[in-house]
Amino acid sequence: MAERTPQEPGLSAVPSYEEEQSQARFDVLIDQDSRVEPRDWMPEPYRKTLTRQVSQHAHSEIIGMQPEANWITRAPSLKRKSILMAKVQDEAGHGLYLYSAAETLGTSRDELNDQLLTGRAKYSSIFNYPARSWADMGAIGWLVDGAAIANQVPLCRASYGPYGRAMVRICKEESFHQRQGFEILLALSRGTDAQKKMAQDAINRFYEPSLMMFGPPDDQSPNSQQSMAWKIKRFSNDELRQRFVGMIAEQVKVLGMSLPDPELHYDEDKKQWIHKDLNWDEFMAVIKGNGPVNSQRLERRREAHREGAWVREAASAYAAKQVQSEVA
Amino acid sequence: MSQQSNWPLWEVFVRSSRGLSHVHAGSLHAPDHEMAVRNARDLYTRRNEGVSLWVVKSTDIISSDPDEKDSFFESPQGKDYRHATYYKASEGVKHL
Repeated sequence: MAERTPQEPGLSAVPSYEEEQSQARFDVLIDQDSRVEPRDWMPEPYRKTLTRQVSQHAHSEIIGMQPEANWITRAPSLKRKSILMAKVQDEAGHGLYLYSAAETLGTSRDELNDQLLTGRAKYSSIFNYPARSWADMGAIGWLVDGAAIANQVPLCRASYGPYGRAMVRICKEESFHQRQGFEILLALSRGTDAQKKMAQDAINRFYEPSLMMFGPPDDQSPNSQQSMAWKIKRFSNDELRQRFVGMIAEQVKVLGMSLPDPELHYDEDKKQWIHKDLNWDEFMAVIKGNGPVNSQRLERRREAHREGAWVREAASAYAAKQVQSEVA
Repeated sequence: MSQQSNWPLWEVFVRSSRGLSHVHAGSLHAPDHEMAVRNARDLYTRRNEGVSLWVVKSTDIISSDPDEKDSFFESPQGKDYRHATYYKASEGVKHL
């Protein structure tokens, strides 16, 4: 149930007896792997961390509609067009599920929306790379949505109830996205030389950014430890990245393509695939707003919000009129 | 930048098939009940999830007080005799 009644934070720095009791009850919930629900007492840093994470996640889904929306009119067949439209619609839906979850933590939808439009809030760095060719729809589905799934499946067990439940719904829909991407690449890999080249080029451009989607290395990820202690995250960034690179290293063979990583190899002792060091300076630059298409993405979102204003106004006016005629 | 609306929040309940209860699916903002039902259809039933939808204004839902959870729900404690499994003496008697 979506509740909008956050607890007032304590005014004093010294915890009161009640606060200590509440903290103890919260700790027990986390220890027992139970769920925290909106009206439960929770420590302010927990609320803050979750609000940031869930809303960033929501923003990513909303901004993530853009690279694909750009290709809807140029999809190579009516079937591909329908699939792409369904995928973009799913992403809008995912954004809305997540905004609802974020709102239960006490921040309104308008505020969350403002944070995105004014650039105060972040979203996933991956969406600041352009989608240059039709093959990018394949690479984005396979690599970007694949990385998203690897990240999101453990979040279904996040300690905050509304977030976990939103993730369950999202994960159910997400695997279609990954498979349709893989099939686009598979079709291209069986096509002409030019099509194969286009597919390989898309994989080359999205490989490293998709590995970066899991966030900085564990020793440079200051919030990770706390998030894991709170059981919001279940696995570290590096663990998830390792798991993902292992999956795509095998899958790329089916495509008859390669991953642009000369150091990629299977370590017999560790029983896992090892990838090259990633360019974290680039990652930080993109996060800070200096990626290839950061400003276009945000400007397009502002424009869409402006252009949609009349729809919201009309809906409000209609609703108000209905109320009036009921009263009359 | 914000020029909203303050559209009310609605809770969405979906009945997955005839004969089952409506189950809470999530929430959404909409200006009125008609738009709430339409948006709920688009948002929560894109994959044959349901055959019926309820939308209820969140503010119309009255819930129990989470702080009184213990006193409110503790009465079943120690009342094992409310369960069929409590009655052992009759075990093995056919059709009982």
